[in-house]
Amino acid sequence: MTASSPAPRLDLTPAPGAAPPAKMIAAQTRYELVALLRNGEQLLLTLIIPVVLLTLFSATSLLDLGPGKRVDFLAPGVLALAVMSTAFTGQAIGTGFERRYGVLKRLGATPLPRSGLILAKTLTVVLVEALQAVVICAVALALGWSPHGDPLSVLALLLAGTAAFSGFGLLMAGTLRAEATLAAANLVYVLLLAVGGVIFPLDKFPAPVRSALELLPISALADGLRQVLQHGAALPGKPLLVLAVWAVAGLVLAARFFRWE
Amino acid sequence: MTPPEDSAVALDALVKRYGATTAVDGLSLTAGRERVTALLGPNGAGKTTTIEICEGFRRADGGTVRVLGLDPVADARALKPRVGVMPQSGGVPGTARAGEFLRLVASLHARPLDPAALLDRLGLAEHARTPFRRLSGGQQQRLSLAVALVGRPELVFLDEPTTGLDPQARHATWELVEELRAAGVSVVLTTHHMEEAERLADHVVIVDHGRVVAEGSPAELTGAERQLRFRARPGLGLDELLAALPAGSAAKESPAGHYLVEGDVRPELLATVTAWCASHGVLTEDLRIERRTLEDVFLELTGRELRS
Repeated sequence: MTASSPAPRLDLTPAPGAAPPAKMIAAQTRYELVALLRNGEQLLLTLIIPVVLLTLFSATSLLDLGPGKRVDFLAPGVLALAVMSTAFTGQAIGTGFERRYGVLKRLGATPLPRSGLILAKTLTVVLVEALQAVVICAVALALGWSPHGDPLSVLALLLAGTAAFSGFGLLMAGTLRAEATLAAANLVYVLLLAVGGVIFPLDKFPAPVRSALELLPISALADGLRQVLQHGAALPGKPLLVLAVWAVAGLVLAARFFRWE
Repeated sequence: MTPPEDSAVALDALVKRYGATTAVDGLSLTAGRERVTALLGPNGAGKTTTIEICEGFRRADGGTVRVLGLDPVADARALKPRVGVMPQSGGVPGTARAGEFLRLVASLHARPLDPAALLDRLGLAEHARTPFRRLSGGQQQRLSLAVALVGRPELVFLDEPTTGLDPQARHATWELVEELRAAGVSVVLTTHHMEEAERLADHVVIVDHGRVVAEGSPAELTGAERQLRFRARPGLGLDELLAALPAGSAAKESPAGHYLVEGDVRPELLATVTAWCASHGVLTEDLRIERRTLEDVFLELTGRELRS
């Protein structure tokens, strides 16, 4: 502060009041979206890794992906990976550090209710996923992808997957230390990338292992998307059920155990 | 006593325990509307816990809390827009730019201050695009103050608002607090700084071990009592001096060469001290008569050094 320029007068007379709920949620969503898109590590996770995996394994024959075009197998898996990276990994790490640095507490002192904050975070996740889907689909189409199936079934699977991953992302962010969340969320990402049928087909695993792996949310999402987009199936019941169970479990646990500070 | 609904904050027999530790132990206080109330106390006295209960961040284990006549937890939805909060530290994401975060909080309110004007007023205009983690400690404090004020609240809680500020920034913050009061905002702040409490507060509440040990205006707390201080060569015979003084006087040397005489300080007492010095060939330096400071009162009541 310098003494040279006279301080401008501010009208400090009290005039309290909350903005309308829709305006608060829009402001919080815009803020979260800008913060996320500016974060380089987040972009690596949400866009660069999925696009690189899609391009690398579509354009080369490094992996045996079964019959058919490689990109037809890979694109649904990479879409599932994109959902996991944003709804689970990114959200867990971002929210975990917000909790650690008292940001959640600080926002708790504003008129924005907690439900509004959660809604804004969810909207942010959905908007980032939409951006990811556009980029991944564009790259896949350029690589010769020929998608099938009903777009509404795809949307239902993506939303169920988002709910399942968000629940566990928030559960982790709201219960573990931020550093532990950072490590665990990245570890889970790498593990599920490896064993969740994202780019490595699950039928390479022995049958009992495979049945267990199919119950993972990432496998259910990748498999469901593949059934629709690669094989033109109608709304796939089993993957949707698996995702719904994970979603209910994660959201109930997060609502019960999430600590704001 | 003002009825709770007419005061900014009314706490009655507040208790908060963390495990076996009792952080707040039957604390009662009233903070008037459109007044500056300062909670003064050593670290660990329970100031921040008390403030956080008022902000609705923590629940009390006992006693009653009324903030603007409302319950901070049950009536949170109604209360949040009316109350500004400046936490002791943090609360802003490290990567968020100063102006961006302030604009976010402004847009959560119905009739906010202009964020740019507020940044300018707090000397942060050129840091509007600086990420929070790159701001200096003092700049972070000022941004935190701006965030507390931007919604034009009728009550603000400032937890150590000037800790870590340089003297210019501290004075600018004090001026802003004085403007807030003049504009009709109620202010409750915690501080270690005696000077801050003495300068700003209409009402000072001294807290120690989770209880109120004294309260009143700075003038009431320091009282009418005066004291006489002088410097002279070390080792004067104070017993002999005391014998010459009126009953009830006290004299001590601390540190060596620095003398303090307390009691009913009247012209006669001054004459007695100087006459006694003259008869012992002692030339006093820096002889002065002063009121007790808030710091004297504080140290007397809490019996410890300030650890700020």
